[in-house]
Amino acid sequence: MLEQVAFFVVAVVMLLAAFRVVTATNLVHTVLWLGVTLGGTAVAFILLEAHFLAAIQIILYTGGVLTLMLFGVMLTQRQQGVTTVGNPSHHLPAGFVLAAAVFAMLAGAIFRTPLPNAVAQGSNTRALGVAFLTEHVLAFEALSLLLLGAVLGAIVIARRRDAGDESEIAGPAIPARRKLEIGGSR
Amino acid sequence: MGLIGYLLLAAGLFSLGVFGLVTRKNAVGVMVAVELMANAVNLNLVAFSRFHGGNTGQVFALFSIAITVAEVVVGLALVILLFRARGDVTLDLASELKE
Repeated sequence: MLEQVAFFVVAVVMLLAAFRVVTATNLVHTVLWLGVTLGGTAVAFILLEAHFLAAIQIILYTGGVLTLMLFGVMLTQRQQGVTTVGNPSHHLPAGFVLAAAVFAMLAGAIFRTPLPNAVAQGSNTRALGVAFLTEHVLAFEALSLLLLGAVLGAIVIARRRDAGDESEIAGPAIPARRKLEIGGSR
Repeated sequence: MGLIGYLLLAAGLFSLGVFGLVTRKNAVGVMVAVELMANAVNLNLVAFSRFHGGNTGQVFALFSIAITVAEVVVGLALVILLFRARGDVTLDLASELKE
């Protein structure tokens, strides 16, 4: 009973926060609302008895991804103090129709599928650790290589090139800030 | 209740992510919407793991979380590069390859 109440509260908070994530005009607010949604997911993981994943969710998402996103927002501001570049009023009806269609499709599939109802016993962090280092050890190691590659790749991509290092830049920089032609070639 | 509630919640989050993906103009906003969708998928994996009586779903969710983090790192590097090259990150304006 208590679990169901908790689930409903978390679900409502998550959906409202997710709605604000996609509608807020200030991008900093968008990222902060995303933090609420991701934190709600961590609570849902706890309700699902996935305690280890809840901790990982908070450390990686709410700690890492959110900080990165805030850096991304703040490093790509055009003018000081102006963060209202989210500009969500773009294809709004099309987006609404598409989202409603996707939800209808998913909900139809959910209601038509016979769902399993077995419940795993208790917290299983130990079993999870054993599974990672025995059955899934190859994927686990490959994942560490992927993360290393992603970090190095990000540094190489985003590195600021020195002025004397012209040979690495292919051609002149693209002319910045062209006006958007409304109804132009799509 | 049980599994179906979690699946509907994840479906709602995923649909909102689709909405954000279509309506956002800013590259960072699009990435946030993608995060929302990935998060909904993780929730689904963990819910299935719980109500299926195994922990393979949790293993998958953990891999998925790590891969999403890698995606965010590379994506933000590309966004910053786009900003450096053009001065803004409005995706509709970055259409040089079309012309």
